[in-house]
Amino acid sequence: MTAAAEPRALPRRRVSPLTKAWAFVRRHTLTVFGILALAYLMLPIAIVVIFSFNDPAGRYNYTWEGFTTKHWAHPFGPPFLGDAVGTSIKVGVIATIVSVILGTLVALALVRYHFRGRGATNLLIFVPLTAPEIVLGASLLTLFLNLGTALGFWTIVIAHIMFCISFVVVTVRARLVGFDRHVEEAAMDLGANEYVTFYRITLPLIAPGILAGALLAFSLSIDDFVITSFNSGTTQTFPLYVWSQAQRGVPAEVNVIGTMIFAVAIVLMVANILFQWRRTPKGAVA
Amino acid sequence: MTFLHRHRWLTPYLLLAPGVAFLILFFVVPLYYLGYTSLQEGTVQVGYTFNWAWDNYSNAISRYREQFFRSLEYAGIATLAALLISYPLTYWIAFRGGRWKNLLLLFIIAPFFVTYLIRTLAWQNILADDGFVLNALQFVGLVGDDGRILATSTAVIAGITYNFLPFMALPLYVSLEQIDTSLIEAAKDLYASSTKAFLRVTLPLSMPGVIAGTLLTFIPAAGDFINAELLGTPRQAMIGNVIQSKFLEITDYGQAAALSMILMVVILALIVAYTRLVGTERLAG
Repeated sequence: MTAAAEPRALPRRRVSPLTKAWAFVRRHTLTVFGILALAYLMLPIAIVVIFSFNDPAGRYNYTWEGFTTKHWAHPFGPPFLGDAVGTSIKVGVIATIVSVILGTLVALALVRYHFRGRGATNLLIFVPLTAPEIVLGASLLTLFLNLGTALGFWTIVIAHIMFCISFVVVTVRARLVGFDRHVEEAAMDLGANEYVTFYRITLPLIAPGILAGALLAFSLSIDDFVITSFNSGTTQTFPLYVWSQAQRGVPAEVNVIGTMIFAVAIVLMVANILFQWRRTPKGAVA
Repeated sequence: MTFLHRHRWLTPYLLLAPGVAFLILFFVVPLYYLGYTSLQEGTVQVGYTFNWAWDNYSNAISRYREQFFRSLEYAGIATLAALLISYPLTYWIAFRGGRWKNLLLLFIIAPFFVTYLIRTLAWQNILADDGFVLNALQFVGLVGDDGRILATSTAVIAGITYNFLPFMALPLYVSLEQIDTSLIEAAKDLYASSTKAFLRVTLPLSMPGVIAGTLLTFIPAAGDFINAELLGTPRQAMIGNVIQSKFLEITDYGQAAALSMILMVVILALIVAYTRLVGTERLAG
């Protein structure tokens, strides 16, 4: 069949490269669009990374002047930048720990129990996710203003816990819904009490969900600008530092730190994908 | 412990208590104070007093109508643009992605891993007056030689589109990924053209994603002030810019709180109208 199928007798039609290219594009329009769209999504990220190696002539890191690694050697060089990053990490860690504990407990209650007020609780979790950030930040500020609370580190922490809780609940709940409760029943049948069952069976099984919630909470916290700007007083987080420098020209070290945050997040995400690939048996639906 | 065993009904409430108390204290109560502040009058020097100052609202509407409409307009255009970019992209990933789906999906959420302000500043860089985008557009004649992109409404809308695109793409992807491809094949077996199969099967089945995506994009976009600040000028100021400067720079708290209340109510009203229009049962689907 191979030899007979060869279209030897057909005359070669002259097709201009342009027509060929157009035919190719039409056949692959969707793929071409998809790749272009991904390139569009990646473009600003590439700019951030590239300009972390730029050697700007003046204050403005806008035009390419030459390659240097000096910003990478001293990423916390500019005054206040190191402090701002330190504050962001401290706020992120505290907000993550508290919101993960509170959020996991709420998720357990919502999935495991039928109780009066379940609908209202769902609503209370859902609304902060959809409210515009500026309203969340502004309303929290009016609370602190009216109570005469001094703005600073702890008001930022409170704000971050507030907007992280809902995200943790949603993430952990997604994991709990697919949970096989027979495993717990088996442990109980074998004589484990409720608390042993929770620590030895339930917690390890929902740990990936809790970890995902924690990562989400931390990345939301470290990235937040809008809500933080309303409740920070004179304390500066990393995004607030960037904002304060935006008019005067942001130092290239900001690009270095932005690239670092990006790299850490991507490594964690890829590790998570690979982990899931290994855990999912071949042919199974993820 | 025995107390808990005797009162098992208490368990869910004990689990809920800390988280719910926190949200009531720092989400619900602040909304009350936002309303309370919006009816106050005063300055930092003399203090603020609550005196049912309804003119905060009438002044807000009469003086900032332009910024309100501009916010809704920019957010609306950006939402539409994000939908037009995300739909083919997520369709491609969901139906042609094969085993690369998760990796391609990572590309969509990757922008979230670059600090919001930094990626917006990168757009400032890309759209700048001597940047390659403007040069290319001037070369093909789409923009005049003295024209610019940065500091125009186009730049602000482009920035909003980019920054909130993942909110559109993720729910779209989820609903497209769930579609049973045998339904599309069945439509084709019944002599539907590709276009018709798409319009009659794929598109309706992906509607929950479209609805969720448009809401998740429009709501934060309408309240945004970062893009207008970094990519625009005061002539592109959105309502978020007014609220931000009144709260944090001018300390005109009453007016700022009134503007926030109006923004919240307008957005809520639009959500309700929108879900009525498209039907909530689809949202649940």
